[in-house]
Amino acid sequence: MIALLARDMRLAIRAGGGFGLGLAFFLIVSTLVPFAVGPEGAVLARIAPGILWVGALLACLLSLDRIFQLDFEDGSLDLLATAPIPMEGTVAVKALAHWITTGLPLVVAAPVFGALMNMPEPGYWWIFVTLLIGTPALSMIGAFGAALTVGLKRGGLLLSLLVLPLYIPTLIFGAEAATRGIGGFDNTTPLLMLAGITAASVALLPFAASAAIRINLR
Amino acid sequence: MPELGKYASAVLSSWAVTLGLIAALIALTWVQSRKAKRTLDEIEARRAGGGS
Amino acid sequence: MADMHRTRQARDRFNFLWEWANPVKFMWFSGKALPWLIGLTVLTMAVSLIWGFFFTPEAVNFGSSVKIIYVHVPTATVAISAWFMMLAASLIWLIRRHHVSALAARAAAPVGMVMTLAALATGAIWGQPMWGTWWAWDPRLTSFLILFLFYLGYMALWAAIENPDTAADLTSVLAVVGSVFAFLSRYAVNFWNQGLHQGATLSLDKEENIADSYWIPLVIGIVGFMLFFVTLVFIRTRTEIRLRRVHALELRERMKDA
Repeated sequence: MIALLARDMRLAIRAGGGFGLGLAFFLIVSTLVPFAVGPEGAVLARIAPGILWVGALLACLLSLDRIFQLDFEDGSLDLLATAPIPMEGTVAVKALAHWITTGLPLVVAAPVFGALMNMPEPGYWWIFVTLLIGTPALSMIGAFGAALTVGLKRGGLLLSLLVLPLYIPTLIFGAEAATRGIGGFDNTTPLLMLAGITAASVALLPFAASAAIRINLR
Repeated sequence: MPELGKYASAVLSSWAVTLGLIAALIALTWVQSRKAKRTLDEIEARRAGGGS
Repeated sequence: MADMHRTRQARDRFNFLWEWANPVKFMWFSGKALPWLIGLTVLTMAVSLIWGFFFTPEAVNFGSSVKIIYVHVPTATVAISAWFMMLAASLIWLIRRHHVSALAARAAAPVGMVMTLAALATGAIWGQPMWGTWWAWDPRLTSFLILFLFYLGYMALWAAIENPDTAADLTSVLAVVGSVFAFLSRYAVNFWNQGLHQGATLSLDKEENIADSYWIPLVIGIVGFMLFFVTLVFIRTRTEIRLRRVHALELRERMKDA
Protein backbone atom coordinates (compact mmCIF):
# COMPACT_ATOMS: atom_id res chain seq x y z
CA MET A 1 0.00 0.00 0.00
CA ILE A 2 2.84 2.33 0.84
CA ALA A 3 4.50 1.32 -2.41
CA LEU A 4 1.29 2.18 -4.24
CA LEU A 5 1.12 5.55 -2.50
CA ALA A 6 4.72 6.33 -3.40
CA ARG A 7 4.12 5.25 -7.00
CA ASP A 8 1.00 7.38 -7.35
CA MET A 9 2.74 10.41 -5.97
CA ARG A 10 5.73 9.92 -8.24
CA LEU A 11 3.39 9.66 -11.20
CA ALA A 12 1.48 12.76 -10.18
CA ILE A 13 4.66 14.79 -9.86
CA ARG A 14 6.09 13.50 -13.10
CA ALA A 15 2.86 14.15 -14.97
CA GLY A 16 3.59 17.81 -14.35
CA GLY A 17 0.29 18.55 -12.65
CA GLY A 18 0.62 17.52 -9.08
CA PHE A 19 1.83 20.20 -6.77
CA GLY A 20 2.10 22.90 -9.41
CA LEU A 21 -1.26 22.97 -11.13
CA GLY A 22 -3.48 23.27 -8.09
CA LEU A 23 -1.28 25.91 -6.51
CA ALA A 24 -1.10 27.90 -9.73
CA PHE A 25 -4.87 27.83 -9.99
CA PHE A 26 -5.17 28.92 -6.37
CA LEU A 27 -2.77 31.79 -7.06
CA ILE A 28 -4.76 32.84 -10.12
CA VAL A 29 -8.03 32.93 -8.20
CA SER A 30 -6.72 34.87 -5.23
CA THR A 31 -4.88 37.45 -7.33
CA LEU A 32 -7.68 37.96 -9.84
CA VAL A 33 -10.47 38.39 -7.31
CA PRO A 34 -9.06 41.63 -5.79
CA PHE A 35 -8.73 43.08 -9.29
CA ALA A 36 -12.34 42.25 -10.01
CA VAL A 37 -13.78 43.25 -6.64
CA GLY A 38 -11.63 46.29 -5.92
CA PRO A 39 -8.75 46.91 -3.54
CA GLU A 40 -10.90 47.86 -0.57
CA GLY A 41 -9.48 45.97 2.39
CA ALA A 42 -12.68 45.50 4.37
CA VAL A 43 -14.55 43.96 1.45
CA LEU A 44 -11.71 41.61 0.62
CA ALA A 45 -11.33 40.52 4.23
CA ARG A 46 -15.05 39.84 4.36
CA ILE A 47 -15.09 37.57 1.33
CA ALA A 48 -11.59 36.08 1.70
CA PRO A 49 -12.53 32.80 3.44
CA GLY A 50 -15.24 32.09 0.86
CA ILE A 51 -12.96 32.88 -2.07
CA LEU A 52 -10.16 30.75 -0.67
CA TRP A 53 -12.53 27.85 -0.12
CA VAL A 54 -13.97 28.12 -3.64
CA GLY A 55 -10.44 28.40 -5.02
CA ALA A 56 -9.33 25.27 -3.16
CA LEU A 57 -12.41 23.39 -4.32
CA LEU A 58 -11.90 24.32 -7.97
CA ALA A 59 -8.18 23.59 -7.83
CA CYS A 60 -9.07 20.18 -6.44
CA LEU A 61 -11.66 19.64 -9.17
CA LEU A 62 -9.07 20.36 -11.87
CA SER A 63 -6.95 17.35 -11.10
CA LEU A 64 -9.65 14.81 -10.25
CA ASP A 65 -9.79 12.96 -13.55
CA ARG A 66 -6.14 12.01 -13.16
CA ILE A 67 -6.86 9.86 -10.10
CA PHE A 68 -7.82 6.77 -12.09
CA GLN A 69 -7.69 7.75 -15.76
CA LEU A 70 -4.04 6.93 -16.48
CA ASP A 71 -4.18 3.65 -14.61
CA PHE A 72 -7.36 2.73 -16.42
CA GLU A 73 -5.87 3.44 -19.82
CA ASP A 74 -2.65 1.49 -19.39
CA GLY A 75 -4.41 -1.41 -17.69
CA SER A 76 -2.78 -1.14 -14.30
CA LEU A 77 -6.22 -0.66 -12.77
CA ASP A 78 -7.10 -4.19 -13.90
CA LEU A 79 -3.95 -5.42 -12.21
CA LEU A 80 -4.79 -3.51 -9.04
CA ALA A 81 -8.27 -5.02 -9.09
CA THR A 82 -6.83 -8.52 -8.99
CA ALA A 83 -4.06 -7.58 -6.54
CA PRO A 84 -4.18 -8.87 -2.95
CA ILE A 85 -5.02 -5.37 -1.67
CA PRO A 86 -8.80 -4.92 -1.60
CA MET A 87 -10.10 -2.41 -4.12
CA GLU A 88 -11.38 -0.23 -1.28
CA GLY A 89 -7.81 0.12 -0.01
CA THR A 90 -6.54 1.01 -3.47
CA VAL A 91 -9.18 3.70 -3.84
CA ALA A 92 -8.41 5.15 -0.42
CA VAL A 93 -4.69 5.21 -1.15
CA LYS A 94 -5.27 6.91 -4.48
CA ALA A 95 -7.47 9.52 -2.86
CA LEU A 96 -4.77 10.03 -0.24
CA ALA A 97 -2.15 10.50 -2.95
CA HIS A 98 -4.41 13.04 -4.62
CA TRP A 99 -4.82 14.85 -1.32
CA ILE A 100 -1.08 14.94 -0.62
CA THR A 101 -0.29 16.27 -4.09
CA THR A 102 -3.21 18.70 -4.41
CA GLY A 103 -4.95 19.29 -1.10
CA LEU A 104 -1.98 19.56 1.24
CA PRO A 105 -0.10 22.22 -0.77
CA LEU A 106 -3.30 24.28 -0.86
CA VAL A 107 -3.71 23.96 2.90
CA VAL A 108 -0.14 25.10 3.51
CA ALA A 109 -0.34 27.94 1.00
CA ALA A 110 -3.79 29.18 2.02
CA PRO A 111 -2.59 31.48 4.87
CA VAL A 112 -0.23 33.21 2.45
CA PHE A 113 -3.02 33.86 0.00
CA GLY A 114 -5.14 34.90 2.97
CA ALA A 115 -2.61 37.63 3.62
CA LEU A 116 -2.92 38.70 -0.01
CA MET A 117 -6.65 39.00 0.52
CA ASN A 118 -6.20 41.27 3.50
CA MET A 119 -7.44 38.70 5.96
CA PRO A 120 -7.19 39.60 9.65
CA GLU A 121 -4.68 37.79 11.85
CA PRO A 122 -6.79 34.89 13.25
CA GLY A 123 -7.93 34.18 9.72
CA TYR A 124 -4.61 32.55 8.80
CA TRP A 125 -5.13 30.00 11.49
CA TRP A 126 -8.78 29.31 10.73
CA ILE A 127 -8.42 29.01 6.97
CA PHE A 128 -5.54 26.59 7.58
CA VAL A 129 -7.53 24.49 10.05
CA THR A 130 -10.77 24.35 8.05
CA LEU A 131 -8.99 23.49 4.82
CA LEU A 132 -6.91 20.87 6.63
CA ILE A 133 -10.08 19.23 7.93
CA GLY A 134 -12.12 19.70 4.78
CA THR A 135 -9.84 18.96 1.83
CA PRO A 136 -9.57 15.19 2.51
CA ALA A 137 -13.34 15.03 1.99
CA LEU A 138 -12.92 16.93 -1.29
CA SER A 139 -10.34 14.39 -2.49
CA MET A 140 -12.39 11.40 -1.41
CA ILE A 141 -15.66 12.67 -2.94
CA GLY A 142 -13.70 13.51 -6.05
CA ALA A 143 -12.27 10.01 -6.16
CA PHE A 144 -15.82 8.67 -6.09
CA GLY A 145 -16.79 10.91 -8.99
CA ALA A 146 -13.64 9.89 -10.88
CA ALA A 147 -14.48 6.23 -10.27
CA LEU A 148 -17.94 6.72 -11.78
CA THR A 149 -16.58 8.31 -14.95
CA VAL A 150 -13.38 6.29 -15.33
CA GLY A 151 -14.61 4.34 -18.34
CA LEU A 152 -15.53 7.41 -20.36
CA LYS A 153 -13.40 8.99 -23.05
CA ARG A 154 -14.29 12.57 -22.23
CA GLY A 155 -15.38 12.34 -18.64
CA GLY A 156 -13.99 15.70 -17.50
CA LEU A 157 -17.07 17.86 -17.88
CA LEU A 158 -19.38 15.12 -16.64
CA LEU A 159 -17.11 14.57 -13.65
CA SER A 160 -17.38 18.24 -12.65
CA LEU A 161 -21.15 18.14 -13.04
CA LEU A 162 -21.43 15.03 -10.87
CA VAL A 163 -19.07 16.25 -8.17
CA LEU A 164 -20.41 19.82 -7.97
CA PRO A 165 -23.55 19.05 -5.93
CA LEU A 166 -21.65 16.55 -3.78
CA TYR A 167 -19.19 19.27 -2.76
CA ILE A 168 -21.84 21.70 -1.53
CA PRO A 169 -22.14 20.53 2.11
CA THR A 170 -18.37 20.47 2.56
CA LEU A 171 -18.07 23.94 1.09
CA ILE A 172 -20.87 25.35 3.22
CA PHE A 173 -19.56 24.02 6.51
CA GLY A 174 -15.93 24.74 5.66
CA ALA A 175 -16.44 28.33 4.63
CA GLU A 176 -18.90 28.90 7.47
CA ALA A 177 -16.47 27.59 10.06
CA ALA A 178 -13.71 29.82 8.69
CA THR A 179 -15.93 32.91 8.52
CA ARG A 180 -17.22 32.45 12.03
CA GLY A 181 -13.78 31.73 13.41
CA ILE A 182 -12.42 34.92 11.85
CA GLY A 183 -15.32 36.95 13.16
CA GLY A 184 -14.61 35.67 16.64
CA PHE A 185 -17.85 33.70 16.89
CA ASP A 186 -18.36 30.19 18.13
CA ASN A 187 -17.73 27.83 15.22
CA THR A 188 -17.83 24.48 16.98
CA THR A 189 -20.92 23.25 15.11
CA PRO A 190 -19.70 23.83 11.54
CA LEU A 191 -16.25 22.52 12.47
CA LEU A 192 -17.75 19.35 13.89
CA MET A 193 -20.01 18.94 10.85
CA LEU A 194 -17.02 19.46 8.55
CA ALA A 195 -15.00 16.87 10.45
CA GLY A 196 -18.00 14.55 10.37
CA ILE A 197 -18.32 14.85 6.59
CA THR A 198 -14.63 14.15 6.14
CA ALA A 199 -14.68 11.16 8.50
CA ALA A 200 -17.82 9.71 6.91
CA SER A 201 -16.52 10.28 3.37
CA VAL A 202 -13.19 8.63 4.11
CA ALA A 203 -14.89 5.73 5.87
CA LEU A 204 -17.75 5.03 3.45
CA LEU A 205 -17.00 6.42 0.01
CA PRO A 206 -14.14 3.98 -0.73
CA PHE A 207 -16.78 1.25 -0.82
CA ALA A 208 -19.00 3.15 -3.25
CA ALA A 209 -16.02 4.18 -5.38
CA SER A 210 -14.60 0.68 -5.59
CA ALA A 211 -18.03 -0.66 -6.50
CA ALA A 212 -18.12 1.87 -9.33
CA ILE A 213 -14.65 0.85 -10.49
CA ARG A 214 -15.54 -2.84 -10.48
CA ILE A 215 -18.60 -2.05 -12.60
CA ASN A 216 -16.46 -0.06 -15.00
CA LEU A 217 -13.87 -2.81 -15.29
CA ARG A 218 -16.44 -5.48 -16.05
CA MET B 1 -61.41 35.24 -16.20
CA PRO B 2 -61.04 36.10 -12.53
CA GLU B 3 -59.81 39.50 -11.43
CA LEU B 4 -56.12 39.06 -10.64
CA GLY B 5 -55.27 42.58 -9.58
CA LYS B 6 -51.68 43.69 -9.31
CA TYR B 7 -50.33 40.15 -9.28
CA ALA B 8 -51.82 39.27 -12.66
CA SER B 9 -48.50 39.05 -14.46
CA ALA B 10 -46.94 36.90 -11.75
CA VAL B 11 -49.85 34.47 -11.59
CA LEU B 12 -50.26 34.21 -15.34
CA SER B 13 -46.55 33.80 -16.05
CA SER B 14 -46.07 31.11 -13.42
CA TRP B 15 -49.03 29.17 -14.80
CA ALA B 16 -47.76 29.65 -18.32
CA VAL B 17 -44.29 28.39 -17.36
CA THR B 18 -45.64 25.33 -15.58
CA LEU B 19 -48.16 24.40 -18.24
CA GLY B 20 -45.56 25.01 -20.94
CA LEU B 21 -43.04 22.74 -19.22
CA ILE B 22 -45.66 20.05 -18.71
CA ALA B 23 -46.73 20.29 -22.36
CA ALA B 24 -43.12 20.00 -23.47
CA LEU B 25 -42.66 16.96 -21.26
CA ILE B 26 -45.77 15.29 -22.62
CA ALA B 27 -44.74 16.07 -26.19
CA LEU B 28 -41.24 14.70 -25.63
CA THR B 29 -42.57 11.55 -23.99
CA TRP B 30 -45.09 11.05 -26.77
CA VAL B 31 -42.58 11.53 -29.57
CA GLN B 32 -40.07 9.20 -27.94
CA SER B 33 -42.73 6.59 -27.30
CA ARG B 34 -43.97 6.72 -30.90
CA LYS B 35 -40.46 6.50 -32.27
CA ALA B 36 -39.55 3.53 -30.09
CA LYS B 37 -42.74 1.72 -30.99
CA ARG B 38 -42.20 2.30 -34.70
CA THR B 39 -38.59 1.12 -34.64
CA LEU B 40 -39.52 -1.99 -32.70
CA ASP B 41 -42.41 -2.79 -35.05
CA GLU B 42 -40.13 -2.39 -38.06
CA ILE B 43 -37.53 -4.74 -36.67
CA GLU B 44 -40.04 -7.34 -35.61
CA ALA B 45 -41.72 -7.18 -39.02
CA ARG B 46 -38.34 -7.63 -40.65
CA ARG B 47 -37.60 -10.61 -38.43
CA ALA B 48 -40.97 -12.18 -39.12
CA GLY B 49 -40.91 -11.44 -42.85
CA GLY B 50 -37.21 -11.92 -43.40
CA GLY B 51 -37.67 -15.64 -43.04
CA SER B 52 -34.66 -16.07 -40.80
CA MET C 1 -22.45 -16.99 -8.91
CA ALA C 2 -23.64 -18.03 -5.48
CA ASP C 3 -25.52 -14.81 -4.95
CA MET C 4 -27.22 -15.17 -8.33
CA HIS C 5 -28.50 -18.52 -7.20
CA ARG C 6 -29.69 -17.01 -3.96
CA THR C 7 -31.47 -14.24 -5.85
CA ARG C 8 -33.26 -16.80 -7.95
CA GLN C 9 -34.36 -18.72 -4.88
CA ALA C 10 -35.67 -15.58 -3.26
CA ARG C 11 -37.42 -14.61 -6.43
CA ASP C 12 -39.19 -17.93 -6.56
CA ARG C 13 -40.37 -17.56 -3.02
CA PHE C 14 -41.76 -14.05 -3.52
CA ASN C 15 -42.87 -14.63 -7.04
CA PHE C 16 -46.22 -12.96 -6.65
CA LEU C 17 -44.53 -9.72 -5.60
CA TRP C 18 -41.77 -9.60 -8.13
CA GLU C 19 -43.75 -10.60 -11.18
CA TRP C 20 -44.17 -6.91 -11.79
CA ALA C 21 -40.49 -6.68 -12.44
CA ASN C 22 -40.69 -8.98 -15.41
CA PRO C 23 -40.65 -6.76 -18.53
CA VAL C 24 -43.35 -8.76 -20.31
CA LYS C 25 -45.60 -8.67 -17.27
CA PHE C 26 -44.90 -5.00 -16.86
CA MET C 27 -45.81 -4.26 -20.47
CA TRP C 28 -49.04 -6.19 -20.07
CA PHE C 29 -49.98 -4.58 -16.78
CA SER C 30 -49.01 -1.04 -17.73
CA GLY C 31 -50.83 -1.39 -21.04
CA LYS C 32 -53.99 -2.29 -19.15
CA ALA C 33 -53.56 0.39 -16.51
CA LEU C 34 -52.55 3.31 -18.72
CA PRO C 35 -55.99 4.32 -20.09
CA TRP C 36 -57.35 4.47 -16.53
CA LEU C 37 -54.31 6.33 -15.29
CA ILE C 38 -54.47 8.87 -18.08
CA GLY C 39 -58.20 9.43 -17.46
CA LEU C 40 -57.74 9.89 -13.73
CA THR C 41 -54.77 12.19 -14.25
CA VAL C 42 -56.61 14.43 -16.69
CA LEU C 43 -59.62 14.54 -14.39
CA THR C 44 -57.81 15.41 -11.15
CA MET C 45 -55.43 17.87 -12.78
CA ALA C 46 -58.22 19.63 -14.61
CA VAL C 47 -60.36 19.88 -11.48
CA SER C 48 -57.56 21.25 -9.31
CA LEU C 49 -56.19 23.65 -11.89
CA ILE C 50 -59.57 25.06 -12.89
CA TRP C 51 -60.73 25.27 -9.28
CA GLY C 52 -57.45 26.79 -8.20
CA PHE C 53 -57.37 29.34 -10.97
CA PHE C 54 -60.99 30.45 -11.21
CA PHE C 55 -62.72 29.70 -7.95
CA THR C 56 -60.34 30.51 -5.11
CA PRO C 57 -60.70 33.79 -3.23
CA GLU C 58 -57.89 36.26 -2.90
CA ALA C 59 -55.84 36.02 0.28
CA VAL C 60 -55.58 38.99 2.62
CA ASN C 61 -51.84 39.51 2.41
CA PHE C 62 -51.03 37.82 -0.85
CA GLY C 63 -53.82 38.98 -3.14
CA SER C 64 -54.25 36.81 -6.19
CA SER C 65 -50.63 35.65 -5.98
CA VAL C 66 -51.90 32.88 -3.72
CA LYS C 67 -53.06 31.12 -6.88
CA ILE C 68 -49.44 30.35 -7.72
CA ILE C 69 -49.39 27.65 -5.07
CA TYR C 70 -51.60 25.46 -7.29
CA VAL C 71 -48.71 25.05 -9.68
CA HIS C 72 -45.85 25.59 -7.23
CA VAL C 73 -46.62 23.14 -4.44
CA PRO C 74 -47.65 20.13 -6.57
CA THR C 75 -44.62 20.44 -8.84
CA ALA C 76 -42.35 20.75 -5.81
CA THR C 77 -43.93 17.70 -4.19
CA VAL C 78 -43.47 15.64 -7.32
CA ALA C 79 -39.90 16.89 -7.73
CA ILE C 80 -38.95 15.47 -4.33
CA SER C 81 -41.05 12.31 -4.62
CA ALA C 82 -39.51 11.56 -8.00
CA TRP C 83 -36.05 11.49 -6.44
CA PHE C 84 -37.23 9.13 -3.69
CA MET C 85 -38.81 6.89 -6.30
CA MET C 86 -35.53 6.87 -8.25
CA LEU C 87 -33.62 6.01 -5.09
CA ALA C 88 -35.96 3.10 -4.34
CA ALA C 89 -35.83 1.87 -7.94
CA SER C 90 -32.03 2.13 -7.93
CA LEU C 91 -31.78 0.11 -4.74
CA ILE C 92 -34.09 -2.55 -6.15
CA TRP C 93 -31.93 -2.72 -9.26
CA LEU C 94 -28.69 -2.96 -7.27
CA ILE C 95 -30.02 -5.64 -4.92
CA ARG C 96 -32.36 -7.70 -7.11
CA ARG C 97 -31.24 -6.87 -10.66
CA HIS C 98 -34.70 -6.23 -12.09
CA HIS C 99 -34.31 -4.45 -15.37
CA VAL C 100 -37.69 -2.73 -15.21
CA SER C 101 -36.61 -1.09 -11.99
CA ALA C 102 -33.48 0.43 -13.51
CA LEU C 103 -35.40 1.58 -16.56
CA ALA C 104 -38.13 3.12 -14.40
CA ALA C 105 -35.50 5.11 -12.52
CA ARG C 106 -34.14 6.34 -15.82
CA ALA C 107 -37.64 7.16 -17.05
CA ALA C 108 -38.45 9.17 -13.92
CA ALA C 109 -35.40 11.44 -14.03
CA PRO C 110 -36.48 13.85 -16.79
CA VAL C 111 -39.94 14.16 -15.25
CA GLY C 112 -38.42 14.97 -11.87
CA MET C 113 -36.04 17.45 -13.43
CA VAL C 114 -38.78 19.32 -15.28
CA MET C 115 -40.87 19.42 -12.09
CA THR C 116 -37.91 20.81 -10.17
CA LEU C 117 -37.46 23.44 -12.86
CA ALA C 118 -41.16 24.34 -12.72
CA ALA C 119 -41.05 24.61 -8.93
CA LEU C 120 -37.95 26.82 -9.12
CA ALA C 121 -39.45 29.05 -11.81
CA THR C 122 -42.77 29.49 -10.06
CA GLY C 123 -40.95 30.07 -6.77
CA ALA C 124 -38.90 32.81 -8.38
CA ILE C 125 -41.95 34.39 -10.00
CA TRP C 126 -43.71 34.33 -6.62
CA GLY C 127 -40.66 35.81 -4.96
CA GLN C 128 -40.51 38.79 -7.32
CA PRO C 129 -43.61 40.63 -6.02
CA MET C 130 -43.38 39.16 -2.50
CA TRP C 131 -39.72 39.64 -1.65
CA GLY C 132 -38.93 42.20 -4.34
CA THR C 133 -36.34 39.90 -5.88
CA TRP C 134 -36.37 37.01 -8.32
CA TRP C 135 -33.95 34.97 -6.37
CA ALA C 136 -33.35 34.84 -2.64
CA TRP C 137 -30.96 32.31 -1.18
CA ASP C 138 -33.81 30.98 0.86
CA PRO C 139 -33.04 27.49 2.18
CA ARG C 140 -35.85 25.88 0.25
CA LEU C 141 -35.09 27.54 -3.06
CA THR C 142 -31.43 26.70 -2.61
CA SER C 143 -32.20 23.07 -1.83
CA PHE C 144 -34.22 22.85 -5.01
CA LEU C 145 -31.38 24.30 -6.99
CA ILE C 146 -29.13 21.58 -5.57
CA LEU C 147 -31.76 18.96 -6.37
CA PHE C 148 -31.83 20.26 -9.92
CA LEU C 149 -28.06 19.81 -10.15
CA PHE C 150 -28.42 16.23 -8.93
CA TYR C 151 -31.01 15.50 -11.62
CA LEU C 152 -28.73 17.01 -14.26
CA GLY C 153 -25.75 14.93 -13.18
CA TYR C 154 -27.82 11.76 -12.97
CA MET C 155 -29.24 12.18 -16.45
CA ALA C 156 -25.86 13.16 -17.89
CA LEU C 157 -24.32 9.99 -16.47
CA TRP C 158 -27.09 7.86 -18.01
CA ALA C 159 -26.56 9.53 -21.36
CA ALA C 160 -22.78 9.22 -21.29
CA ILE C 161 -22.42 5.46 -20.85
CA GLU C 162 -23.10 3.17 -23.77
CA ASN C 163 -23.49 -0.23 -22.14
CA PRO C 164 -26.99 -0.16 -20.64
CA ASP C 165 -26.26 -2.42 -17.68
CA THR C 166 -23.11 -0.51 -16.75
CA ALA C 167 -25.07 2.72 -17.00
CA ALA C 168 -27.82 1.32 -14.79
CA ASP C 169 -25.28 0.19 -12.19
CA LEU C 170 -23.32 3.43 -12.09
CA THR C 171 -26.35 5.71 -12.03
CA SER C 172 -27.81 3.61 -9.20
CA VAL C 173 -24.62 4.01 -7.17
CA LEU C 174 -24.77 7.74 -7.89
CA ALA C 175 -28.42 7.90 -6.84
CA VAL C 176 -27.65 6.22 -3.52
CA VAL C 177 -24.59 8.33 -2.70
CA GLY C 178 -26.26 11.43 -4.10
CA SER C 179 -29.28 10.93 -1.85
CA VAL C 180 -27.07 10.97 1.22
CA PHE C 181 -25.43 14.18 0.06
CA ALA C 182 -28.74 15.73 -0.96
CA PHE C 183 -30.03 15.05 2.54
CA LEU C 184 -26.86 16.55 4.01
CA SER C 185 -27.15 19.59 1.74
CA ARG C 186 -30.66 20.24 2.98
CA TYR C 187 -29.37 20.59 6.54
CA ALA C 188 -26.23 22.39 5.50
CA VAL C 189 -28.27 24.95 3.59
CA ASN C 190 -30.64 25.52 6.51
CA PHE C 191 -27.70 26.04 8.79
CA TRP C 192 -25.86 28.28 6.35
CA ASN C 193 -28.73 30.63 5.74
CA GLN C 194 -29.50 31.07 9.44
CA GLY C 195 -25.84 31.60 10.08
CA LEU C 196 -25.34 34.38 7.57
CA HIS C 197 -28.54 36.41 7.47
CA GLN C 198 -30.31 36.02 10.73
CA GLY C 199 -34.01 36.63 10.36
CA ALA C 200 -33.64 38.35 7.03
CA THR C 201 -35.53 35.72 5.06
CA LEU C 202 -39.25 35.60 4.66
CA SER C 203 -40.88 32.33 5.45
CA LEU C 204 -42.00 30.23 2.53
CA ASP C 205 -44.25 28.21 4.81
CA LYS C 206 -47.46 28.86 2.99
CA GLU C 207 -48.77 25.48 4.04
CA GLU C 208 -48.83 26.36 7.69
CA ASN C 209 -51.31 29.18 7.50
CA ILE C 210 -53.57 28.02 4.77
CA ALA C 211 -57.35 27.96 4.99
CA ASP C 212 -59.65 25.15 3.89
CA SER C 213 -60.90 26.91 0.79
CA TYR C 214 -57.34 26.81 -0.55
CA TRP C 215 -56.47 23.48 0.93
CA ILE C 216 -58.94 21.21 -0.87
CA PRO C 217 -58.04 22.12 -4.48
CA LEU C 218 -54.38 22.01 -3.45
CA VAL C 219 -54.68 18.44 -2.18
CA ILE C 220 -56.48 17.44 -5.37
CA GLY C 221 -53.70 19.14 -7.30
CA ILE C 222 -50.98 17.22 -5.47
CA VAL C 223 -52.81 13.96 -6.15
CA GLY C 224 -53.26 14.98 -9.78
CA PHE C 225 -49.59 15.81 -10.30
CA MET C 226 -48.58 12.58 -8.62
CA LEU C 227 -50.83 10.65 -10.98
CA PHE C 228 -49.34 12.64 -13.83
CA PHE C 229 -45.89 11.56 -12.69
CA VAL C 230 -46.91 7.89 -12.45
CA THR C 231 -48.54 8.01 -15.88
CA LEU C 232 -45.51 9.57 -17.52
CA VAL C 233 -43.14 7.16 -15.79
CA PHE C 234 -45.24 4.23 -17.03
CA ILE C 235 -45.19 5.52 -20.60
CA ARG C 236 -41.50 6.35 -20.47
CA THR C 237 -40.63 2.99 -18.93
CA ARG C 238 -42.53 1.27 -21.72
CA THR C 239 -40.50 3.32 -24.20
CA GLU C 240 -37.26 2.33 -22.46
CA ILE C 241 -38.23 -1.36 -22.52
CA ARG C 242 -39.01 -1.16 -26.22
CA LEU C 243 -35.72 0.62 -26.91
CA ARG C 244 -33.87 -2.02 -24.96
CA ARG C 245 -35.53 -4.71 -27.03
CA VAL C 246 -34.65 -2.82 -30.22
CA HIS C 247 -31.06 -2.67 -29.02
CA ALA C 248 -31.00 -6.40 -28.32
CA LEU C 249 -32.56 -7.33 -31.66
CA GLU C 250 -30.22 -5.08 -33.61
CA LEU C 251 -27.29 -6.66 -31.84
CA ARG C 252 -28.55 -10.10 -32.76
CA GLU C 253 -29.00 -9.11 -36.42
CA ARG C 254 -25.52 -7.69 -36.58
CA MET C 255 -24.12 -10.87 -35.05
CA LYS C 256 -25.89 -12.91 -37.71
CA ASP C 257 -24.58 -10.70 -40.52
CA ALA C 258 -21.03 -10.92 -39.32
